[in-house]
Amino acid sequence: MQQTIKIAPHQQTHPLDRHVGRKSVGRQKYRLEMLALPGGVLLLIGLWALIAKVGNYPTFILPDPVSVFNELAEITLDGTLWHHTQTTLFEILGGLTLGLSTATLLGYVLAKSPLLERLTGPYIVASQSVPAIAIAPLLVIWFGSGKISKILICALVVFFPILVNTIVGIRSVDQGLKTLMHSLRANRWQTFVMLEIPAAMPVLLGGLKIGVTLSVIGAVVGEFVGSDRGLGYLINLSKGLFNTPLMFAALIALGTISLSLYLIVTGLERWLLAWRR
Amino acid sequence: MTSAILQAKSLSKAYETTHGDLLAIDHINFSVAPGEFVCIVGPSGSGKTTLLQMLGGLLLPTTGAVLTNDRPLVEPPPEISIVFQKPNLMPWRTVLENVILPLQIEGTSRQEAAEKARKVLQLVGLSDFAQSHPKELSGGMEQRVALARALIQQPRILLLDEPFGALDALTRERLNREILRLWQTQQLTAIMVTHNIHEAVLLADRVLVLSPRPAIIAADFHIDLPRPRPPDIEYTERFGALAYQIRQAIRE
Repeated sequence: MQQTIKIAPHQQTHPLDRHVGRKSVGRQKYRLEMLALPGGVLLLIGLWALIAKVGNYPTFILPDPVSVFNELAEITLDGTLWHHTQTTLFEILGGLTLGLSTATLLGYVLAKSPLLERLTGPYIVASQSVPAIAIAPLLVIWFGSGKISKILICALVVFFPILVNTIVGIRSVDQGLKTLMHSLRANRWQTFVMLEIPAAMPVLLGGLKIGVTLSVIGAVVGEFVGSDRGLGYLINLSKGLFNTPLMFAALIALGTISLSLYLIVTGLERWLLAWRR
Repeated sequence: MTSAILQAKSLSKAYETTHGDLLAIDHINFSVAPGEFVCIVGPSGSGKTTLLQMLGGLLLPTTGAVLTNDRPLVEPPPEISIVFQKPNLMPWRTVLENVILPLQIEGTSRQEAAEKARKVLQLVGLSDFAQSHPKELSGGMEQRVALARALIQQPRILLLDEPFGALDALTRERLNREILRLWQTQQLTAIMVTHNIHEAVLLADRVLVLSPRPAIIAADFHIDLPRPRPPDIEYTERFGALAYQIRQAIRE
């Protein structure tokens, strides 16, 4: 048996080694994910083509992938798709920005003031018992069938989950770190920037993830209720025309928007929360 | 006697509870001389942490005052650094960024702060881990980072709230040696709360014993062991006698 095993400081790096190992495993997983997504989509399209072929349904019930692709190509080339996508995207981003900023701001204030939270809490909960989407017709009456009413609907739909997540996030900041900041004579702004924002970031990003998906729903419902532009409008229109391939094309565009927004938030998470891996 | 660097004058703290006020600390008086190493021991729940928080300006006393330079403390002063029970590191910051934090709050330039941080990290033996994140460190290393963060403020007084309580005995022993070394080389005044009598005798010039709640100073021991204190000093008769006396003074 060895009696003395000397460990020089530079050899005690096992935590770092482990870290390196974990990172490369993560990368491998990531690569697998990159392959899994397109693979799955291809599989689904194949299944769809098979069902359409075997069932031999009329096109207005279930169009086959080829006719949907042709429709998609046509409206992409003549600019129709972009015309509507642009509107919906604008509404989504506008609503998201509005809902996100107001909910984060109010959430922060409420998290900091339990008294204010007790006072306003019942109203906030009560207002949420009416689904935000149910107010959509009212907002269209008040603000017209343009983009403003859709932005407001999006903002309303996004508001509550972000509000709750902000309150939870700010409340969950570690008491020990708060005491530390106090002992270091940090002012309110420094505590906010150096402690509260980064500490609450995981929960805030969780809220944003829910928010981006909800805002797509908000925009589409708003357009269903009353509009003359946007992907929701296009879906409604294709229903009237019994043009199901057009409807599928619009749905694909919506799905693409949702997925892109979701991937952007995931990327943001990967970047901002790199320390958690 | 030289003038005190830190003084507790008729210090008490009462907490409001549903059963009326609870007196945690009852009119405590003592003073700490510059360069002194004072350990505060006492049964658990005797208000050691409360006392230390008041000494650090984190908690305002109900009556009395803590004086530094003959002025009462109303907020944490720049000449005092605190090492807490928990390391309290920000998990999203690297070791270097954690150590820089106090200077960042003061508004020191990033470059100057990083330079100082490297120096204190070297003092605590963590130069190789500047770019690591806290979760890659062991408990002992985390407390070393906390120590480095306290030292970068170049404090005159170091307050230690049972900083190694959660660590295993060997790590604890090693870190206590480092505390002693830093206290000597950095010419600090140190006040450390602990419930470990052994540790208190090994480190301190003076040991204050708190009574159970409401806490008063039940005894004030002068530890007349020579310095520097070699590791085997714990096995001397004098060490054992002091430890025994202190143990007798603590009524659980």
